[in-house]
Amino acid sequence: MSDAHTSHTHQEQAALKLAKMAGQIESFFAHYPEEKAISSIAEHINKFWSKKMRQDFMAAYEKNQSALTDLVGKALPQIRH
Amino acid sequence: MSLIKEIDYGTPIRISETMVTLTIDGQSVTVPKGTSVMAAAMSLGTKIPKLCATDSLEPFGSCRLCLVEIEGRRGTPASCTTPAEAGMVVHTQNDRLATLRKGVMELYISDHPLDCLTCSANGDCELQDMAGAVGLREVRYGYDGHNHLHDVKDTSNPYFTYDPSKCIVCNRCVRACEEVQGTFALTITGRGFESRVKPGPTDFFGSECVSCGACVQACPTATLMENSVIAMGQAEHSKITTCAYCGVGCSFKAEMQGDRLVRMVPYKDGKANEGHSCVKGRFAWGYATHSDRKTKPMIRKSITDPWQEVTWEEAIGYAASEFKRIQAKYGYESVGAITSSRCTNEEVFVVQKLVRAGFGNNNVDTCARVCHSPTGYGLSTAFGTSAGTQDFKSVVKADVILVIGANPTDGHPVFASRMKKRLREGAKLIVADPRRIDLVKSAHIKADYHLPLRPGTNVALINALSHVIVTEGLLDENYVRERCDLQDFEIWARFIADPKNSPEETEQFTGVPAADVRAAARLYATGGNGAIYYGLGVTEHSQGSTMVMGMANLAMLTGNIGRDGVGVNPLRGQNNVQGSCDMGSFPHELSGYRHISDDATRNIFESLWGVKLDDEPGLRIPNMLDAAVGGNFKGIYVQGEDIAQSDPNVQHVTAGLAAMECVVIQDLFLNETAKYGHVFLPGASFLEKDGTFTNAERRINRVRQVMAPLSGKHEWQITCELAQALGYEMSYTHPSEIMDEIARLTPTFSGVSYQRLDELGSIQWPCNEKAPQGTPLMHIDRFVRGKGKFMITDYVPTEERAGPRFPLLLTTGRILSQYNVGAQTRRTENSRWHQEDVLEIHPFDAESRGIKTGDLVSVASRAGDISLHAEITDRVQPGVVYTTFHHAVTGANVITTDNSDWATNCPEYKVTAVEVRRTNHYSQWQERNNEEDKIMRRIATDHVEAAE
Ligand code: SF4
Ligand code: SF4
Ligand code: SF4
Ligand code: FES
Repeated sequence: MSDAHTSHTHQEQAALKLAKMAGQIESFFAHYPEEKAISSIAEHINKFWSKKMRQDFMAAYEKNQSALTDLVGKALPQIRH
Repeated sequence: MSLIKEIDYGTPIRISETMVTLTIDGQSVTVPKGTSVMAAAMSLGTKIPKLCATDSLEPFGSCRLCLVEIEGRRGTPASCTTPAEAGMVVHTQNDRLATLRKGVMELYISDHPLDCLTCSANGDCELQDMAGAVGLREVRYGYDGHNHLHDVKDTSNPYFTYDPSKCIVCNRCVRACEEVQGTFALTITGRGFESRVKPGPTDFFGSECVSCGACVQACPTATLMENSVIAMGQAEHSKITTCAYCGVGCSFKAEMQGDRLVRMVPYKDGKANEGHSCVKGRFAWGYATHSDRKTKPMIRKSITDPWQEVTWEEAIGYAASEFKRIQAKYGYESVGAITSSRCTNEEVFVVQKLVRAGFGNNNVDTCARVCHSPTGYGLSTAFGTSAGTQDFKSVVKADVILVIGANPTDGHPVFASRMKKRLREGAKLIVADPRRIDLVKSAHIKADYHLPLRPGTNVALINALSHVIVTEGLLDENYVRERCDLQDFEIWARFIADPKNSPEETEQFTGVPAADVRAAARLYATGGNGAIYYGLGVTEHSQGSTMVMGMANLAMLTGNIGRDGVGVNPLRGQNNVQGSCDMGSFPHELSGYRHISDDATRNIFESLWGVKLDDEPGLRIPNMLDAAVGGNFKGIYVQGEDIAQSDPNVQHVTAGLAAMECVVIQDLFLNETAKYGHVFLPGASFLEKDGTFTNAERRINRVRQVMAPLSGKHEWQITCELAQALGYEMSYTHPSEIMDEIARLTPTFSGVSYQRLDELGSIQWPCNEKAPQGTPLMHIDRFVRGKGKFMITDYVPTEERAGPRFPLLLTTGRILSQYNVGAQTRRTENSRWHQEDVLEIHPFDAESRGIKTGDLVSVASRAGDISLHAEITDRVQPGVVYTTFHHAVTGANVITTDNSDWATNCPEYKVTAVEVRRTNHYSQWQERNNEEDKIMRRIATDHVEAAE
């Protein structure tokens, strides 16, 4: 029980960290026209995040896009998983 | 094998387009204009006797031993100070000259102790040689007059001794310190007979001397002599190899007696250093044979058990079986490796091959992750390649030097000496650094502008510099039009011209007066060749990659890429940072910076390696540690790295390591990370290695083995055996075969081989059909990516901000005598210069906290706290504190956080919000670490024999 609880918090923390990283990526590309910014964010994540990181990220936010910053949310469909 | 002796031309080799032809002793010779008669003679193989001249120094003309006769000229001019001229007819030997020279030698010898037989220079003494060369047989003046024979030796420096009784006052040491090193520590005091060399009013250790060894090397007698030579005598053979410390990559002659190292002498033909060195490479090699070295493989089941010495087969077999067990239980992605920038290209290459082919994933990363990964990302985005643009020599053509977030005199001392030489010749200097580093003001150097920005505001500053250039119309329009992508440029130009990027607006973030920023921008844009040199003060930020692109923007904007004297130049921290990145150590790319998802590239590797490769990027170091804490990453192979000391937020790192089931350490010592290890594989020092290092100029230098590996195995061999035990066949008979494989797989290395390296001395990549000699300067006519790419670099303040709880900003750095985590230098006499990490704090911040120099203070951040001693100095600005991270016991990285660069996850070491207060005890972490040091490093005494 407590194990499940800990791993849950870990998962949440891990997801939050990924969202923070994605948000940082957005802050770099945010100055480009929206379409380019979105594709650049997705491209960056596809290029540098491991498959599991991307899967964890999608699992945490695919149905909860509002928890993400605007452009990251919009980039989700372009992220490979 | 014999001793390698470079030719000494007596005076520097001049470069000139105009050649002059003269006759020396009846032979005709053609030399570049400006060459001395002495050097011209030497180019014919004619050695004119000399004492005060040597070709690393400008001629001085004091000893009068090098007299010659020149037809049509009166007297006997000194050949070292006389330039060769067209049509000159020179005689170097005749009776008159011989008599004059004998007379000179007699005078020297009359005040010289003639104890050649017991002298440390015996066999390597120019005075002795010259006495022989001029045929000195008697000394008429006698030795009973006034003399210096009983002068007291200065033994204060741990590495060399000054024996004034043997000094001939040739001034070579003084000039070496000035011209080569640029420290100006030595002077000649007294006049005439009384004159003697002095390191100021104190002894060598207490003086300005930085122990570079240039004076020792320049001294023609036993006056300045390495203590190791005094103790051991002269070497009998030598090999050329490369320093294993910083990214300058100096070439050295390792001078040996059998397999005992006598001394390291900088190699004159080494292109990175041209005969100069710093205290680390020259003297701090004692760690290689230090008693702390562990030379036997060891294993243990649990990190609380003592280590057990075992055979190689057992250790490697155990590691392999653990990795296999873990992969079977937790999945193939649950293990990975970290390669080391201190290891050779060949050693790094085989580790990443083991991961990709043996583990079957791409979980390989390198310590460059935590230093220069933003350089890779930023420069490849802007220019198309992950490397500096110039060779070091290029600095002699620079007119304005912009140093950002680097402290070359401490971190890259030999390059700093070159840079300082250029600055003394009149180049302008802009320093952007929160701290007043030595370059801002030191002997004969003064920065034209010091921009003391607040930590974390680099991007605001670089944008402001570009803003001034764009809005004041100082840009190089032709260059931008011809060389850069115009669409990107236009978008960027609109962004940068926005008043929010002006110096006046950004001053609120940077703290740098707008007027200074404007003036510095104008100077950089209009002062001639502008060269940028930068270090970890640029990269180790949450906007590290943005800043690298910001500098690339600035350089392209002013046309400062693609020729000598300009460029964007990363000063790499460790000896092989460039190489370890080139070798495919990053989880997303194969050697030569090709993305792992690229099918064509992967196919080439797959067909040579005979395995299918994963096409997905693997985990980076911070991701591995996060995954470990989360329970998904269970095994790691760490090659020559000490992440438990060097990586940020140490408690997170150690939590990750403690959560793993198999941690394999390959190192010289039981380092901090080894406390969490299960398998210890003893590594080899650079003296025991054959291979190559690639320095910050992309220069591939040979590392040559001078003694057998103490552990009995080469490091690449260990890795291959581990791969074999994992079930992947990997074997080589010599590291040259590994380089051949690298060349076959990597287009930028296709022309590189050991044979070619031996022929050329060193090679700067790319080296291939298009550039068979290598490539000193990049992007000459076009950028590697085609058109240069301007990127928008908006300033985004880091989340790490000073506030009420943590009101000060901590930034970290290195000092000259210690090297990174100190594993090597702490085990040498270098520690006499730096025994502990101290906290630099401004008088204002100290006073308001009641802190005095020497007080123990606690430094706390949101990540943790440590205690160390304070040093009050106005080198740092109010609101900023600074420390080094050389001593494991300090635990500087306990307080750094896990903030990181947006693009690469390179940690933000350079900005941590902290509070400092007086304390009377060490921190809990430090106390605990002290205890763990003892427990987690125990070695069982009932080792191998019992086990066998
Ligand atoms: S310094 Fe040279 S000349 Fe003098 S005693 Fe030593 S070996 Fe002889
Ligand atoms: S060791 Fe280097 S810094 Fe010291 S006195 Fe000699 S030349 Fe100068
Ligand atoms: S400058 Fe760097 S490479 Fe050169 S000797 Fe010093 S540490 Fe070694
Ligand atoms: S070598 Fe020319 S004067 Fe000394």
